[in-house]
Amino acid sequence: MTIIYEETGSEGGAEIPQQRITIRVNGRKVVAEVEPRLLLAHLLRHGMGLTGTHTGCDTTNCGACTVLVDGRAVKSCTMFAVQADGREIGTVEGLATASELHPLQEGFKEEHGLQCGFCTPGMMMAAKALLDRDPSPTEEDVRWALSGNLCRCTGYQNIVKSVLWAAEKLRSQSAG
Amino acid sequence: MYPSRFRYEAARSLDQAVRLLHDGGDEAKVLAGGQSLIPMMKLRFASPELLVDINTIPGLDYHHVAPDGSIHVGALCRHADLEHSELLGSRQPTMAAAAPLIADPLVRNRGTLVGSLCHADPQGDWASVVLALGGSIVAHGPAGRRSIPAAEFVLGPFENALAHDEIAVEAVIPAPRGAPAGGYLKLERRVGDFATAGVAVAIETDGSSVTRAGIALTGVGGSTIEATAAEEALTGRPLTAESIAEAGRLAAAAAQPRSDHRGSATYKRHMVSTFVLRILSRIEGTGAGTAERAA
Repeated sequence: MTIIYEETGSEGGAEIPQQRITIRVNGRKVVAEVEPRLLLAHLLRHGMGLTGTHTGCDTTNCGACTVLVDGRAVKSCTMFAVQADGREIGTVEGLATASELHPLQEGFKEEHGLQCGFCTPGMMMAAKALLDRDPSPTEEDVRWALSGNLCRCTGYQNIVKSVLWAAEKLRSQSAG
Repeated sequence: MYPSRFRYEAARSLDQAVRLLHDGGDEAKVLAGGQSLIPMMKLRFASPELLVDINTIPGLDYHHVAPDGSIHVGALCRHADLEHSELLGSRQPTMAAAAPLIADPLVRNRGTLVGSLCHADPQGDWASVVLALGGSIVAHGPAGRRSIPAAEFVLGPFENALAHDEIAVEAVIPAPRGAPAGGYLKLERRVGDFATAGVAVAIETDGSSVTRAGIALTGVGGSTIEATAAEEALTGRPLTAESIAEAGRLAAAAAQPRSDHRGSATYKRHMVSTFVLRILSRIEGTGAGTAERAA
């Protein structure tokens, strides 16, 4: 898939330098022409239409834009798209298969882990990084791992339960 | 929010990065973790014309102990690497205590200790830790390498001692001569907020007396503050409830806090004293366990 991403077009007729990057997003190879100042969050949302990655605060505070870069949870509003060249990006759209929700998504459904839902994709991606690293986290581990993600609705209780629910489901799946 | 336009170069080697910085002059900036620089660029507090990305330079993501016992932290060692480091857990209690308190887990996955030192924010946690430990920063420039003591590295808020074509390639924590002890505590309103007050304590003991003491304060002045009188009050004597209480008082006196939305100056000063007491009282085997209660 190739995207020619033009953020603001030319400025006063001057050519805006673009750089070609090759990334994998949810397992798909993507070649994009991006201006250096384009943020990874904006490439995903506007360039690729992956609007599950939300931009909340845009100031490195809220974590709604959390994605995985080579398996590490990072804020995609605080990384330039050019820096993702050669990297593997995971977004919330990569969690479910065509027919089945990911256990994290199921957990948020079962345990009422969302209200308005704005922070949810970031919560899930931060939780995914945790569960990939530690399949049996304690409640304290979950709270620690999600401490960079803000939620204004739930009071966090059900989010923590949702992640623990998913951990349990993933463990029973891998045991079966 | 978008930063101003800039040219981006992904450096493949330190020498290439230094050349790019040299040619770029004052308008060039190094991009490492970017967790302070990118927000500042988005807010247009910083508008560099050239960004030299060093993330693409191999071999800078290390932290290790040299044969002489000194700890070396490479320019691309992330806060999270230090948070999960067994090496620090067993050898360097002040750094091990500070690493999990830097920003939040997502920022810790990108941000770097060396970048935090270069950013020279008076609210930066690592600046206090490295200052208390008597560390230094290694700069790589066109003429080779030089070592800059942490105490001389910060010239003012957001201003460091690097020349425009130098890159900070590692931080070095000297080998302890005695048994290292200490910690880092900070008060923050929520995870990821700037410190209301933070205290780094790093001491070395020979079993009975304190042979070296380093105490530095975060967020209670226009720069990172070394509490030298408090350090002197601890050095050359056993750690006792009295010496700890004295160090707490002197550290609070060294603080220069301002009243703001995070708390009054009096409150911040009190927190500095409390943190000094708390860190020192928790040090095992010194008979100092009751100091916080006694004070």
